[in-house]
Amino acid sequence: MEASSRDIAAAAATPALLICEQCDTVHSRRPLAKGEVAECARCGAVLERCRGMSTDATLALVLTALVVFAQATLWPIVTLGLNGQYVAATLWDMIRLMWFDHSQVVAVLAAATLFVFPLAKTLILGWLLLYARSGRRAPGFRTLMVGLHHLGPWTMSEVFVLGALVSIVKAHLYFDVIPDPGIYAYAALMLLITLFAGMDLTRLWDETREENVEAAP
Amino acid sequence: MNALPRADALGLIGCHVCGQVCRAAGDEEGDGVQSCPRCGSTLHRRKPAAYARTWALLIAAFLMYIPANVLPIMRTASLGDIDDNTILSGVVELWVKGSPGLAVIVFCASIMVPMLKFLALGTLLISCRRGSGWARRQRAKLYRLVELIGYWSMLDVFVVALLTALVRFGYFSLVEPLPGVVYFGLTVVLTMFASMCFDPRLIWDGKEDSDD
Ligand SMILES: [Zn+2]
Ligand SMILES: [Zn+2]
Repeated sequence: MEASSRDIAAAAATPALLICEQCDTVHSRRPLAKGEVAECARCGAVLERCRGMSTDATLALVLTALVVFAQATLWPIVTLGLNGQYVAATLWDMIRLMWFDHSQVVAVLAAATLFVFPLAKTLILGWLLLYARSGRRAPGFRTLMVGLHHLGPWTMSEVFVLGALVSIVKAHLYFDVIPDPGIYAYAALMLLITLFAGMDLTRLWDETREENVEAAP
Repeated sequence: MNALPRADALGLIGCHVCGQVCRAAGDEEGDGVQSCPRCGSTLHRRKPAAYARTWALLIAAFLMYIPANVLPIMRTASLGDIDDNTILSGVVELWVKGSPGLAVIVFCASIMVPMLKFLALGTLLISCRRGSGWARRQRAKLYRLVELIGYWSMLDVFVVALLTALVRFGYFSLVEPLPGVVYFGLTVVLTMFASMCFDPRLIWDGKEDSDD
């Protein structure tokens, strides 16, 4: 079948050596079973993991994350009530108010780590996986893979979920608090992000092949 | 040859971005910049100026951390009653007013994690500079822990931002961010850069025999 020949090609392209980026130890690579994790014998860092999730499944997950992300960003997160007066806030209200309240640094940090970077990460991942399904490299593959690597630690949606929880508890001391759909969307997003945080992106380098972009149909 | 050969000794370099195993350029090329054939990122035997950069960022972060704790991060006003909160008073308020569990979480994220980062990176910098073979595996683990939990310190910054957006009932009730929160945000970002500039491979350099 086509799939199996592709797998063989991918296996042949897999390099035999692996260098631990935490301690510089050279390991010879061995095939991993589903769910198995290879650890460095010297320092104990994770060298490689086999999630056993197909590219199609990952792509489906990324598309779901994109929809949930739109909801989390657009929908109000919490509504506060005081004497019959109500105020609802979305992520953008939060960023806008920080900007006009002399905390531009915080506004920029929040916009970057809660909106721009997570969105960029999800879009790039979706784009790369769309092509990787057929073992191809998407246009801009190299630049995007490098970009994805650098975006890594700068997405903080999961911290925001906990922050929202703390805010609700604090506000509840003085006000009526009504959680809005946005907070549930954020909680779902947190789960999805945890699911692909464990993903080993470097495998995309091995599993896809360079092709002539001009020759593509 | 050791049972666990290191790339440096074999004349190899692992690309940090894509994991490609590359042959290190010969010494005759001196400080010529070598880039990864697969992803194009610059290859480094060790991260450049790791000690100087990490120290500089760590000290800068610490200088930001002082006003972050001393200055109030948030002003709450209700019916003309103005109250300025610091990070610590926010934790105390949560504890006293009924959420000790959450108070512990906020205390860990805002106070313990930054302190752990300063102590851990400081210890790593000093012990690696001395080529110490002491507790290498534990120190490697400590570094990974710092990388893993570092960004959770942003918690309090988001709490202040969200409360500001929520609590605005005209003159009756208002929450405003105060400069402390800006310093705190900067502390988190600077410590994250500091831990990125540190090279954990340095832990394993130096005297080989003193461990195991
Ligand atoms: Zn290692
Ligand atoms: Zn590379």
